Amino acid sequence: MELLLALTIGVLMASSVYLMLDRNVIRFLFGLILLSNAANLVIFLSGRLTAGAPPLIDEGAYAPTGVVANALPQALVLTAIVIGFGLLAFTLALVYRTYRSLGTVNSDEMRLAEPVSAPRTTPHPDPTAAPGTPPASDPTLDKTDATTTPTGGEARA
Amino acid sequence: MSWILVNPILIPLVTAVLAYLFRTSPAGRWISVAGTVVLLFASLILMGEVLEHGVIAGQMSNWQAPFGITLVADYLGGVMVVITAITAMATVIYTLAEIPERLERLGFHALLQVLVAAVCGAFLTGDLFNLYVWFEVMLISSFGLLVLGGSKEQLDGGIKYVTLNLVSTIMFLSGIGLLYGITGTLNMADLHLAVREVENAGLLTTIAVMFMVAFGVKAALFPLFFWLPASYHTPPVAVSAIFAGLLTKVGVYALIRSFTLIFDQDVTFTHTILLWLAVATMVTGVLGAAAMNDFRRILSFHIISQIGYMVLGLALFTPLGLVGAVFYLVHHIIVKANLFFVAGVAKRIGGSTDLSRLGGLYAHAPLLAFLFLIPAFSLAGFPPLSGFWAKYVVVKAALDLEMWFVAGASLAVGLLTIYSMTKIWGAAFWPKHPDGIKPRLGDLPAGERVALMAPIVGLAVLTCIIGLFPEPFVQFAETSAEQLLDPTAYVTTVLGVQP
Repeated sequence: MELLLALTIGVLMASSVYLMLDRNVIRFLFGLILLSNAANLVIFLSGRLTAGAPPLIDEGAYAPTGVVANALPQALVLTAIVIGFGLLAFTLALVYRTYRSLGTVNSDEMRLAEPVSAPRTTPHPDPTAAPGTPPASDPTLDKTDATTTPTGGEARA
Repeated sequence: MSWILVNPILIPLVTAVLAYLFRTSPAGRWISVAGTVVLLFASLILMGEVLEHGVIAGQMSNWQAPFGITLVADYLGGVMVVITAITAMATVIYTLAEIPERLERLGFHALLQVLVAAVCGAFLTGDLFNLYVWFEVMLISSFGLLVLGGSKEQLDGGIKYVTLNLVSTIMFLSGIGLLYGITGTLNMADLHLAVREVENAGLLTTIAVMFMVAFGVKAALFPLFFWLPASYHTPPVAVSAIFAGLLTKVGVYALIRSFTLIFDQDVTFTHTILLWLAVATMVTGVLGAAAMNDFRRILSFHIISQIGYMVLGLALFTPLGLVGAVFYLVHHIIVKANLFFVAGVAKRIGGSTDLSRLGGLYAHAPLLAFLFLIPAFSLAGFPPLSGFWAKYVVVKAALDLEMWFVAGASLAVGLLTIYSMTKIWGAAFWPKHPDGIKPRLGDLPAGERVALMAPIVGLAVLTCIIGLFPEPFVQFAETSAEQLLDPTAYVTTVLGVQP
């Protein structure tokens, strides 16, 4: 049984790596989900498998008798599942919002934050598409502008 | 004893709840400011206790270690909490003038306070799984802060930040699972003893490398740093500053903690990897900075470069090396956050962070120029500022081991740091502004000017104090390094045997 579970974890990890190598962010996300489940199984397996022996303590006793399942890893897995669920839900929402905003799920096309031609040493052929051109610089930028002004790269979107 | 340890986590959490409830009124931001002031006091009280007792530990809900969750503060943990409180306070004051009401309504201050709580929690916990939980709390609040506002750049940077950091935490989680599988405990002090009884040393080393990768992503080590320069320049400046100051340092702290307390068995293997990663991190970081042409992006790459020095101190694994690592950690948080604040003010009065769209700061805002020079020179390692002592100790530690190449590389990186700082100076401060703007500090409303400049002045003064009177700080770092290299006090305090 341990061997089977270990192999399953291996297959899950391998598939998740394959998925995460994809340029498509959605596929990357699916890979992440598999990876987080594989990690949960690792913890579960590290508590050793004991079939049909729930860690219940008899009435009046202070410790369970005989071999019982290790409850700690199961508690850890439960915590990890909850946390993982929250994070993955957030990531899904983020990917969706990014798709709505940038119009792509291809990570190669997501270059707004790091425009390709950033360094000064390689001049951009088209000056209008040069990154970092702010819309009319104004020293009295109001508070909203300070955080939302795009720093250029619009031409690539 | 327990309350003193819990306070630095509890205070920001309570502040977060209150700040969220009052997020639509101006009271919310003042609650946030008050919360960080109280946090600073609480952290100083904690530090006082640590200085008196060496190491203090508290068992949560009275579940004795190694069964319950333990909070521990030794010299390193204590000083990190203090410095977190200082950075948080500076950041919150800065946000008063930077964060628009729109973001405050969305719960900006609540997220910021949760982030601070998580960072403090990560510094204080004595349990590996608990550390994972704090990492996740830190992640989710930083995700929120990073994309709050939802501009295209933020989403673009956010995707990379979120995905790579999630991979790292899952790696960490798997490592925890495997470590539990071979030792049967997750209490860090107990692990220190338990790993000595593990028969399969090879497996332990493998797990050590998993932790190295997981914390390496957090700390932005070469070649795992790509999320950092992709995202750190996109959110509001205050967020950039607190991320730059604290988040990667939590990764470094976790590396230092785990590779002194738990994985100290196969030092020649693990710490040699760390050594060369550190050198590669220093060099690639500073070369990246030299290639950039944006104020904040240059600074982002510098974070990576400086992380190299801290990890180098750990990798040398000598008392002096660890002194350097601890000293560097503290100095860097102050200096880095401060440089981001300066970049934010430059953007505010000059209209951009792109160096080709900035200018005239020296002529029209000489105070800002002066306040840029202090952290910039400190980062590069000019005497008599704090960065000089930090670099000096690390390089000295490398020379003591006769690692000429490593020492030479770290000195060369220092020179290149000067180069990129000169680049910022030569483009943003010296020439005339390309659009003919006169970037004056005086043009800002008085209230905002105070809120923007107070944190910068405060942190600059702190840098100068550490630089001019390094003696007590170095002594502190020495005691801290002794505790790290010989964790007997840590272990006995946590496991309940009173020394």
